Amino acid sequence: MIENALGIPILSILILIPLLGAGALFFFPSGQKEAIRSTAFGVALFNFVISLILLFYFDSSTYKMQFVEKAAWIPGIGVEYFLGMDGISLLLVLLTTFTSAIAILASWSAIDERVKEYMIHLMILEAGMIGVFVALDMILFFVFWEIGLIPMFFLIGVWGGPRKLYANIKFFLYTLFGSVFMLVGILALYYAHGSATGEYTFNLLKLYEVAYPYNLQWWVFLTFFLGFAIKVPVFPFHTWLPDAHVEAPTAGSVILAAVLLKMGTYGFVRFNLPLLADASRAFTPFILVLAVIGIVYGAFLAMAQKDIKKLVAYSSVSHLGAVMAGLFALNQQGIDGGVLQMINHGVSTGGLFLVIGMIYERRHTRLISDFGGIARVMPVYSALVLIIVFSSIGLPGTNGFVGEILILMGLFKTSVTAAVFAATGVILGAAYMLWMTQRVIFGKITRRENLVLKDINAREVLVLLPIIGLILWIGIYPKHFLSLSAASTARIAEIVERNAPKVERAPHAAEAARHAEPHETVHAEAHGGTH
Amino acid sequence: MEFVFLIPLLPLLGATVNGVIGSKLPKRAVGLIACLVMAAAFVVSICTFYKLMLLPATERSVVVSFFSWIASGSFSVDMAFLIDPLSALMILIVTGVGFLIHVYSTGYMHDDKAYWRYMCYLNLFVFFMLMLVLGSNYLVMFLGWEGVGLCSYLLIGFWYEKKSASDAGKKAFVVNRIGDFGFILGLFLLYWSLSDLGAGSLDYKTVFENIHNIDPAILTIIGLLLFVGAAGKSAQVPLYVWLPDAMEGPTPVSALIHAATMVTAGVYMVARNNALYSLIPHVGNIIASVGIFTALFAATMGLVQNDIKKVLAYSTVSQLGYMFAAVGVGAYGAGVFHLMTHAFFKGLMFLGSGSVIHAMGGEQDMRRMGGLHSHMKITSVTFIIGALAIAGMPPFSGFWSKDEILWEAFEKGHFVIWAVGLLTAGMTAFYMFRQVFMTFTGECRADDHTKHHLHESPSSMTIPLIILAILSAVGGIIGIPLFEEGTAAHQFLNPVFSHGEQELHSEAVHGGLELIMMGVSVAVGLTGIFLASLLYYAPMKKYAPSFWRPEAIASSFKGLHRLLFNKYYIDEIYDYLVVNPIKRFCDWCLSFDLGVIDWFVNFAAWATRLTAWASHKFDIYIVDGLVNSMSTLVTYNSSIWRRLQTGYLQNYALVFVVGVLIIIVRVLLG
Repeated sequence: MIENALGIPILSILILIPLLGAGALFFFPSGQKEAIRSTAFGVALFNFVISLILLFYFDSSTYKMQFVEKAAWIPGIGVEYFLGMDGISLLLVLLTTFTSAIAILASWSAIDERVKEYMIHLMILEAGMIGVFVALDMILFFVFWEIGLIPMFFLIGVWGGPRKLYANIKFFLYTLFGSVFMLVGILALYYAHGSATGEYTFNLLKLYEVAYPYNLQWWVFLTFFLGFAIKVPVFPFHTWLPDAHVEAPTAGSVILAAVLLKMGTYGFVRFNLPLLADASRAFTPFILVLAVIGIVYGAFLAMAQKDIKKLVAYSSVSHLGAVMAGLFALNQQGIDGGVLQMINHGVSTGGLFLVIGMIYERRHTRLISDFGGIARVMPVYSALVLIIVFSSIGLPGTNGFVGEILILMGLFKTSVTAAVFAATGVILGAAYMLWMTQRVIFGKITRRENLVLKDINAREVLVLLPIIGLILWIGIYPKHFLSLSAASTARIAEIVERNAPKVERAPHAAEAARHAEPHETVHAEAHGGTH
Repeated sequence: MEFVFLIPLLPLLGATVNGVIGSKLPKRAVGLIACLVMAAAFVVSICTFYKLMLLPATERSVVVSFFSWIASGSFSVDMAFLIDPLSALMILIVTGVGFLIHVYSTGYMHDDKAYWRYMCYLNLFVFFMLMLVLGSNYLVMFLGWEGVGLCSYLLIGFWYEKKSASDAGKKAFVVNRIGDFGFILGLFLLYWSLSDLGAGSLDYKTVFENIHNIDPAILTIIGLLLFVGAAGKSAQVPLYVWLPDAMEGPTPVSALIHAATMVTAGVYMVARNNALYSLIPHVGNIIASVGIFTALFAATMGLVQNDIKKVLAYSTVSQLGYMFAAVGVGAYGAGVFHLMTHAFFKGLMFLGSGSVIHAMGGEQDMRRMGGLHSHMKITSVTFIIGALAIAGMPPFSGFWSKDEILWEAFEKGHFVIWAVGLLTAGMTAFYMFRQVFMTFTGECRADDHTKHHLHESPSSMTIPLIILAILSAVGGIIGIPLFEEGTAAHQFLNPVFSHGEQELHSEAVHGGLELIMMGVSVAVGLTGIFLASLLYYAPMKKYAPSFWRPEAIASSFKGLHRLLFNKYYIDEIYDYLVVNPIKRFCDWCLSFDLGVIDWFVNFAAWATRLTAWASHKFDIYIVDGLVNSMSTLVTYNSSIWRRLQTGYLQNYALVFVVGVLIIIVRVLLG
């Protein structure tokens, strides 16, 4: 069943293109590295273009799922192949296809061994990530979630740094550990829905329709929390992240920071908030505390780092803390800010990992103390780094500002204390980023090796220009982005916000549920294509 | 008005062109582009100003909206400009003084290899500064607010290979961010308070119309938070520490950013919020107190500095304190008037000091200067005009503005502020003329090489000096209280400050008392100059009593002198109390992260492995052991019973025979 204006299963196509690309690459002789790179890039670019087409057919006035595809998969237990997207998914899918193309371009000269296998893994990873953001069946979601792990496991394990084994197993097992709980939560919902309505299904939109008893919500929230919080990562589950980042190759770090972490925050906004609204409200203080600790603590940790990549990794902990704080402000400003900041962090931190990769390729070190004064020999590079740094610290006119201000604004309404502490992140962010910039880019050149550094070449500029473009675009005219997800975030905010009228429209199944348990409230959620 | 968007856009265009292709262009072209966009922006500003003047006084408030910038739910902010007397005056100052400083820079920075980068930053700065003053809502103001901070950071650290320069840039940015932290929280509180009243907005117009409905206690907090932002940007105690260090930047930057424009943004912001601050006069008192304390505090440090730019830096902090004292007591017009005259004379003096430094080959220590008047007459004369203006000598501009502040403080009953202001005015006159005498009079104390190269600066530098000197001399005209309704400046600005000042200028009491006050402040200024001349002006030195010589003073007030010379050790105290603890805390966090949190993760992994190992052993020895022992048992048993099955027929026959025999015996016996 396909419901969309295009009349073609466009979301499946988005997932299939990289898979087909991976399949095609399989037949390339390993020696033809240039051909492999070009093909991979071509496929990724093509997929990005396809995802851009979605923009023209996407109706941003509704929160309802669009481009819906549905087919029976395991009918016996109600598992479906069920895809669809709303504005939040769309933004994240665009981020995924964009980042994948950039990541391939960034690996051009950095990866010279087993190029074919590398590119195949990147392609599979892209498919998995897109799948996560468009799956509307919880089992399907879970499958994509796990699929994404495997290529990443190989990317770090094969092309990673000296401690890759440790970092890799930590990353893999930690995420897997969380996802097992998530699976338990999914099954709990499945049975709860089944016993309430008589229909056993993993269809997310149908699961939305039932208001679950508070106790169940509480437990399911906890299981989902474990699954997603590790992925985000929320303090104190963050220690796998710096290790994974440091060992991952540049493209791995870029994708990890830009997209994989967003799978966690996406999980919160897609499942926890609308499915478990009562529990979300109950858990809010707890999560805000963790989020704010993450912001401040991550910033302090970043300040103490000697390795640039670790510094940026810890800054991710801080920024993702801000995203979580925004989402759990439980109002539209906060959720809008959180969703936009997911994109912003993808762009800015992805950009930071790219520039770190560029300097690493030249010097094979990432220690801050090994640099200094490189603005003299790499002026173009330094200028672009500065712009990305300013985006990361949320300077007005860049993307980071818009996200930050909305998050803090929403948070302020929910909890002044949390907002005050979160806002200190604004000061600390400037401190550690500028300190790093000063030690790496400014000052005198103290090492002879740095005197002969070559400025970035045309390909590298080409990699960074779209990033810079997005930084300014979102900063100056964020409406293009905010308006895509506004209907969805408004809807989610409406569901979770205190005192919001909970009974909307009730389709038959939910009607029955309400009659069965009259004291409970019902969220109605129709599904369907564009109108 | 429809072309008002050009005013900030022109400098942005200049910055973009120079930033992207400036390195490939000849220096002449780079300088020309930078100056031309400034000139054009100035012309558009004049037109805008003129058009505004054509409107009736009550209608001089025009909002020009371009597009919706950020919108989320009920929250929405437009990219929009507000043109009213206050912003019109500010854009004239920013583009006018900015243009002169750009021209000056073409001479001053001509030999720098990164000339294009400098011009790009300078244009970019002007862009953000214009956004700051033109914005019709707090968020656009904040965009400019942070943007000027960015450019300040870039320009202070312009000579980034010097560690002290990049340190100073970073310090400026971070300290400013502390202020911004307050500012932004103030905005949130303002927005949500208004939102509760059903008027959630950050547009000045809506905010000022509804602000009186907010609970005064909340308003107090909002006012204080916004002032934290202002104190950061405008270098007030305790956040002033970045400004003296900011002198690491090129001198024209100090003139433009750290004297004439950016640092006055805080004053502008408080003046802009007069509707808010007039509702909470107790916060105004705090602002005025912080301001006047800063004025005095910075002036004391200015007394003993030997670096020509540091003197001016402390003087700037001090003069900004004056402006806050003015806006704090509700004299918004006087504060903004002083902002304007200060832009002229302090801009002039910074540029003059730049001219001196240029001639001295980079030397900034006044102890190695002296007698420069004969070598560079234009610089010398213009600099003295600036000094007279800041010392408050009539008829120079500073006299009118400073006097108005003192008079209004006095008139409104803030006698302490008035008295401290007067004392500070005396100190200001003293250290400014100390500087004039040390630099331009007496014997030249430079080495021969430097002496040989002394020269007046090129006309690109002297012409801006002359224009600014004229402005410093006569710029006070609009503040001369000749008119019935008060001064021209007041008349013009009044519509903006109608919330805050309405009761003040209706009466227009400019009687004898004000004239006496003027006389007092002139006398204090003259005393300062006289005392300085006894110490530092050769022809006067012979009249000085023995205790009034630099060495004598320094030795009899050794401790005080050292305290002042080391700037009260404030930087050291901040390092000790704030910076170092934070650094230690960072390291502690790192060990906590690795030692506790990650330890748990690794412990969990280790525990899992231990469990696995134990399970393995359990499996081998217990589970499998049980299985194996079963088989062992069977084997053992069988090994016993196996012996029976020997396979030999004779054995079986024997057993058989024995068995049969036993049965027979049993039967026979039984």
